Amino acid sequence: MMTDISKPAASGPKSARGAAFAEFWHYFSMNRGAVIGLAVVAIFIVLALFAPWIAPYVPEQQFRGFDKLPPAWTNGGDPRFFLGTDEVGRDILSRLIHGARYSLTIGLVVVSIAATVGIILGLLAGYFRGWVDVAIMRVMDIILAFPSLLLALVLVAILGPGLVNAMLAIALVLQPHFARLVRASVMAEKNREYVTSAKMAGAGHLRLMGITILPNCLGPLIVQATLSFSNAILDAAALGFLGMGAQPPTPEWGTMLAKGREFISSAPWIVTFPGLAILITVLAINLIGDGLRDALDPKLKRS
Amino acid sequence: MKLMKSLLAATAILALAAGAAQAKQLVFCSEASPAHFDPGPTTGGNDFDASAHTMYDGLAAFVPGSTDVEPGLAESWEVSPDGLEITFKLRAGVKFHTQPYFTPTRDFNADDVIFSFERQYKEDNPYFAYLANLTWDYYQGMDMPRYVKEIVKVDDLTVKFVLSEPNAPMVANLAMPFGSIVSKEYADQLTAAGTPELLSTQPVGTGPFKFVDYQLDSVIRYAANEEYFGGKPAIDDLIFAITPDQSVRAQKLIAGECDIIPYPAPADVPMLQANENLTVLEQEGLNIGYMSYNVTEAPFDNVKVRKALSMAIDKQAIVDAVYQGAGQVAKNLIPPTMWSYNNTVADDTYDVEGAKALLAEAGVTELTTDLWAMPVSRPYNPNAQRVAEMIQADWAAIGVTANIVTYEWTEYRERGKAEGRKGPFQIGWTGDNGDPDNFFATLFSCSAIGVSNYSFWCNEEFEDLIQKAKVTADPAERTALYEQAQVIFKAEEPALTLAHSKVFVPMNKRVTGFVQSPLGDHVFDNVDVTE
Amino acid sequence: MISYIFRRLLLIVPTVIGISICAFAFVRLLPGDPILAMAGEHGVTPERYEILKEAFGYNLPIWQQYLNYLGSVLTGDFGVSLGTKRPVLNEFMILFPATVELALCAILLATLVGIPAGVLAAVRRGSWLDQGTMGLALTGYSMPIFWWGLLLIMFFSSYLGWTPVSGRIALNFFLRPITGFMTIDSLLYGNWPAFVSALRHLILPTVVLATIPLAVIARQTRSAMLEVLGDDYVRTARAKGLSPRRVINVHALRNALIPVVTTIGLQVGALMAGAILTETIFSWPGIGKWMIESILKRDYPVVQSGLLLIALIIMAVNLIVDLLYAVINPRIRVR
Repeated sequence: MMTDISKPAASGPKSARGAAFAEFWHYFSMNRGAVIGLAVVAIFIVLALFAPWIAPYVPEQQFRGFDKLPPAWTNGGDPRFFLGTDEVGRDILSRLIHGARYSLTIGLVVVSIAATVGIILGLLAGYFRGWVDVAIMRVMDIILAFPSLLLALVLVAILGPGLVNAMLAIALVLQPHFARLVRASVMAEKNREYVTSAKMAGAGHLRLMGITILPNCLGPLIVQATLSFSNAILDAAALGFLGMGAQPPTPEWGTMLAKGREFISSAPWIVTFPGLAILITVLAINLIGDGLRDALDPKLKRS
Repeated sequence: MKLMKSLLAATAILALAAGAAQAKQLVFCSEASPAHFDPGPTTGGNDFDASAHTMYDGLAAFVPGSTDVEPGLAESWEVSPDGLEITFKLRAGVKFHTQPYFTPTRDFNADDVIFSFERQYKEDNPYFAYLANLTWDYYQGMDMPRYVKEIVKVDDLTVKFVLSEPNAPMVANLAMPFGSIVSKEYADQLTAAGTPELLSTQPVGTGPFKFVDYQLDSVIRYAANEEYFGGKPAIDDLIFAITPDQSVRAQKLIAGECDIIPYPAPADVPMLQANENLTVLEQEGLNIGYMSYNVTEAPFDNVKVRKALSMAIDKQAIVDAVYQGAGQVAKNLIPPTMWSYNNTVADDTYDVEGAKALLAEAGVTELTTDLWAMPVSRPYNPNAQRVAEMIQADWAAIGVTANIVTYEWTEYRERGKAEGRKGPFQIGWTGDNGDPDNFFATLFSCSAIGVSNYSFWCNEEFEDLIQKAKVTADPAERTALYEQAQVIFKAEEPALTLAHSKVFVPMNKRVTGFVQSPLGDHVFDNVDVTE
Repeated sequence: MISYIFRRLLLIVPTVIGISICAFAFVRLLPGDPILAMAGEHGVTPERYEILKEAFGYNLPIWQQYLNYLGSVLTGDFGVSLGTKRPVLNEFMILFPATVELALCAILLATLVGIPAGVLAAVRRGSWLDQGTMGLALTGYSMPIFWWGLLLIMFFSSYLGWTPVSGRIALNFFLRPITGFMTIDSLLYGNWPAFVSALRHLILPTVVLATIPLAVIARQTRSAMLEVLGDDYVRTARAKGLSPRRVINVHALRNALIPVVTTIGLQVGALMAGAILTETIFSWPGIGKWMIESILKRDYPVVQSGLLLIALIIMAVNLIVDLLYAVINPRIRVR
């Protein structure tokens, strides 16, 4: 364990934090894949933020008589519709650009919910131990005993199909990973010197948990968050694909795939591009995740 | 048709006699697993294809390709002048299937008929509840308990149905899958063995094919019934490969893994039609997608408002966009393939200005309403959400604001028929027995309010006509009554009749003799394959 | 060891009860009404509705319904499907082998390809081979497998015609199931062409289902190998002048495989989740497709008991993996 990490980061001087970041960035930027991933995600964020201005058309706009046009560069393509049009004549490129909003939002919302709930539960369990720990961790075990997608499916079936419910279901399914992680870190950190000294100094439970211990589990948490981000996008797309996620005409990528599925033989591009968009986004995020892990995990740094 | 059947049978026998014919196999890639193989309590089209249409017969049958009724296990029937007794003369010498698990010792007779129906309503019948949670949905749904007072055995080959009131569609009802005749002898054997539940998994019928094997959710196998009273079918081995996914079915058909597929994705139809190895049959389905106004809710209680709203909707555009070539605009409640269809009825013309004027005339301004859309794809309406979006746009043009509402499918229907429901409600119907009564009375009679009359519409004149038609035996007279009912329906506009969907059956060119049924049945007794 | 096993088993009891409560509660919480779901467009009269409600036992208080359910589960009665009227357990047993066959093939493929790939990447660390393999692995890990399956069908089945579109075996082979495993059954019958056909049908679903586990195993093997290769005893072995191949095979690999084995074991849950999508795409008659269809059809007893059975199996497999791990690596028992 590096010394600057085992020191309480929050109470450390500003320059130490800056140095830690510089070191992190040094390792991170050495990882070419991670930088590419970061660039791709940055592009997607820009696309998502400025979708209405970047996308050539409104995603729901149906061009009657222009349905199922192939991409512009192929035979029969129309330069006005670069990636072609879907089954009711909507511009696929515009829908994909707007779809980036949904996928990134899904990732963000799911990770926020899952991380918040998971961290709180994990802190409580790891800090107080005893019956609190047993109760919380048994519930986590129960959630983890079901295959994640199946559980999410049932939850969505209960809550009703739709994007918001799908996000809630996925968040619930993903949060035990955060809880377990935080609990383990808290248990490891709890008896370290700096915690004991903070306790002696009269810090309350909340302060000990939130401000003293938590920042020191941040590394693995960030890695877990990136992982969950990509998982959330994949799971939401899978739910959309099974008809239980975002509902049409929402240009969510998984839903687009599901609706376009019947055209797989007659108009394969309707299916190809949304899938490709999912793959690229998830891949980029996973590349970042790998980079983060290499940069934050001191064990691998060594070799 | 009979001639055709016997000709086919003769060729089959000749082929067998020649000894050259190898086993002919036909693969039907069905859309869903059957619940089980007892045709009495099952309710899905896929169930009927897998049991009633392949392995069983009813007293009456539908003429292939039509909704007319022809003799089945009954050679003939006679209705008493007061309409209260129907006497069936049964076919002699009909054999139930011989199976490894059952060898019949007698021919089909009146006992089998009585058993087949009594088990559906007599609670003391050992087969009334022989499976867990068993319900006889069609026997109940077709209102049989109300009409059938008693079924009497006159002699071994004569059965009399005694009715409590006349009912013209009764014989057509008996031709439906729930009217399939099962073997009482077999049922007794199972009862004695203490395994009555096998009736649903090891079926014994009289039909053209015998059960061979079922691999759950995967494959059903049948063999031709050599002793079938209609002649042995040309196909020796009939195989149902269960393939729930539409596009996979189409892929399998193209790859030669299936010979016939039901319900292709509309989007795949042009591609399948273009394939030179395939033929695609098409026919209007026996269905209607419609939108019920609640005639007890203001301002929809005013016929002018209903008319105006209907006029504002571009039905053709909706049918083009949503049904994608697999539907036609509906002007009447019943589809044009059904007898008594009144072609002289004029549909509402799409007329935005006219609609505005009519609304103004009714004194309605700034109307805001809910607009209901089913959450699921149905045969009569593949995408109610999209329909709702288009209606919303059309109504916006006449200043009507519609908010689209939807619920989970069972809840949707519950809320739809609850008294005081707000706003027009999309729904539809698929015919059961080809009788107009099955549309008019089921959907818009006064007694159907709270069950399946989503318009809460109870029109005295209309009610008189359809009730009279129900108890009248003469088809010509009934036709006249139903034609009149359609005129009233259109004038009163309790509902917007949107579309009848088309049904496609793509098949390999080597398949011959398949006839599309307006009831959506897939029947294989007359089908052959050429190599 | 015995006491460790005992402790683990004891810990499982509350989890199992929790799982059964969840499965039961989920199904009660599903919107819609199974009786109305069965009635369809025909509707049902209020009187008949009450009769049916009583027949299905939905009129009892909820806790009593749960206790009844728990009681029958303990006697092996998992309820009866509303659709097929068959015992849920019976259906489960028929369909389960199909899923297991597919999952085993997938895990086999993932292991056989993933471990060598990971070892190779670790040994040639930093080479184009390492980067290429790991790039592919990460792509596989990021794959929306439902899309991947569609692409494979489109290319290999529709375009090239090399593999069948769906199903478990060509339909002209009619084998009554013995074990339920198509490949094993065909061999038991001595039907070689049937065996080949069964294998051909397995190819695409296996590839699709194996994609993510393969990626996970390859990545895990590589990092475990890297860690071990840096350890003292490997350095010592090298210093002793042992051939690099021997060092890798005997010393490094054996130690690196311990965490990999756990990883493989823990893929079971992920495989079940993947099976839902894979089976749906390939019309594979297994548990995943059965569950999806039951959820959509609101077949309450099937959803309820299916969830319970699947969760129990996953728990059992995880337990076995844990115990195996404890056997391989005695240090864990102390904790």
